[in-house]
Amino acid sequence: MNNNIVIAAIGAILLSLPFVGVDSYPLHLIIVILIWSFAYTGWSIMGRFGLVSLGHGAFMAIGGYVTALLWNNVGLTPWIGIPIAMALSGVVAVIIGYPCFRFRIVGHYFALVTLALSEVVRQVIIATRDTTGGSLGYTPERHGEGWSILAIQSDDRVAFYYIALAVWAVGIVIWKAVDRSMARYALEAIWEDEDASAAVGVRVTHEKLKVTVLSAVMTAFAGAMYCQYQMFISPDTIGGVGISLQIVFAVVVGGIYNALGPTVGAVITLLLAEVLRIGIGTENICITDKICLNAAGVPLLIYGVMLVMFIIFLPKGIVGGVLDRWRGPAQTGPSKQP
Amino acid sequence: MLTLSQVNAGYGDFQALFDVSLDVRSGEAVAVIGPNGAGKSTLMRVISGMIPAFGGSITMQDVSVLDTPAHQIVGMGIAHVPENRRLFARMTVEDNLRMGCFSPQFRDRYTERLEFVYQLFPRMRERRDQMAGTMSGGEQQMCAIGRALMSDPKILIMDEPSAGLAPVIVQQVFELIERIRGEGLTVLIVEQNVKQVLKVVDRAYILEAGTIRMEGTATELLESADIQKAFMGM
Repeated sequence: MNNNIVIAAIGAILLSLPFVGVDSYPLHLIIVILIWSFAYTGWSIMGRFGLVSLGHGAFMAIGGYVTALLWNNVGLTPWIGIPIAMALSGVVAVIIGYPCFRFRIVGHYFALVTLALSEVVRQVIIATRDTTGGSLGYTPERHGEGWSILAIQSDDRVAFYYIALAVWAVGIVIWKAVDRSMARYALEAIWEDEDASAAVGVRVTHEKLKVTVLSAVMTAFAGAMYCQYQMFISPDTIGGVGISLQIVFAVVVGGIYNALGPTVGAVITLLLAEVLRIGIGTENICITDKICLNAAGVPLLIYGVMLVMFIIFLPKGIVGGVLDRWRGPAQTGPSKQP
Repeated sequence: MLTLSQVNAGYGDFQALFDVSLDVRSGEAVAVIGPNGAGKSTLMRVISGMIPAFGGSITMQDVSVLDTPAHQIVGMGIAHVPENRRLFARMTVEDNLRMGCFSPQFRDRYTERLEFVYQLFPRMRERRDQMAGTMSGGEQQMCAIGRALMSDPKILIMDEPSAGLAPVIVQQVFELIERIRGEGLTVLIVEQNVKQVLKVVDRAYILEAGTIRMEGTATELLESADIQKAFMGM
């Protein structure tokens, strides 16, 4: 009951945000955070069961590029393009996931296979630069001025804010639904002991595949929404190893075992990135004539240090850590590190 | 009820079981005993569908077990208590038991089966919210047996229930087995602890180097000079 009041209060604040005079720039940040939160939530749906994927940048890129390419080249509306991109992403997840799960490629080895996927998709985008624009990026064609429902495009940030808010809320609902399902028990059991799970009647490969496809499809959707909002995508902004690692990092920071963990992770990492970008800029910092540090690399350095600190001191992330303090030390729960 | 005939099995080029035939009749408790490396664990794995057989047949009430995928075997009424218990250590006792009736066809009987297990093992009710991995070895074995009983099996297959437990606890585990027999369940036990196990079963097979060397009633085997010499150090 208490929880419901809190949720209602947060909901009311979020819904009324554009009316209380939030400027365009903070609103932009919030929209980006909401879209990324959805991607992070999608990742954590499988990540929380020890299925650490370093390939979600690939799913995000598939979501964005397939939708945009279909729109520009075939004139297919994103209303159909996005489902196609999501389906394709699901197929890729099966192609990668099935052999891994069937032949018990787990833990670090699974992470490595998915890491390769990130890079393969990025390389494909770069190699087909005539179609995709390569590393220079890609822009969906504008459909008229202002609003276009057909193209899911809008100049109006407020409208996009509500779309992003709805998307984010759906992500939380999906997370909760998985959390309450029998699949959750199955996946926790699989994480602990695949043989024992199979012995009690869990279809190990099947359960893992289901959650992987769900996660991949969600991430592809996030990629497509990001593209629709930013109207620009490049292999480095929604794909590749960099994005895959950013997803893992944000979720570890926020908290992998709570519905709101990935969102908190998104708030922290994206605000941190903004602060660093504005604070340090992208100038070269030169110590001598020859030794120059490109400031663009500083955020990565800070991310790296923070990631190590979090894994050591707050393995359940900020949300998990705070909840543990609040409920007292008696609380037990999954404490495996991702 | 459960019949193995001429089962050959192993890993890759290595054959661990040679023409093993045995059967367990309804209501009976049967043991397979033998030294380390005799193929006992391979036998368990082949029955539970974890490894394929090279040849032969395994049937449960005239339905072939060998063609059934691992996750469906529990649905045939065969429940497994794996070696070293294999509990889900970071899940609570109650969640472990819940996993025991994970298969959709058992789920609606969850409450009823949970009550049955709690009646049989009141200790598990006391420990219901504890992490399974934090219990003592004997309690874990109780939980593992409870988990297997959740699916209301026709036959319970136990792989070395006494392995890795202190002698006092081993005693308790065999008492548990007697209690389960009291419920009229059919049991197949694989054990190294020959002396103890022969006290709780009706019949036993001696497995040595992958073949059945001898079979008989528990009393016959207990009195057999060969067995006493080979397994009990008498």
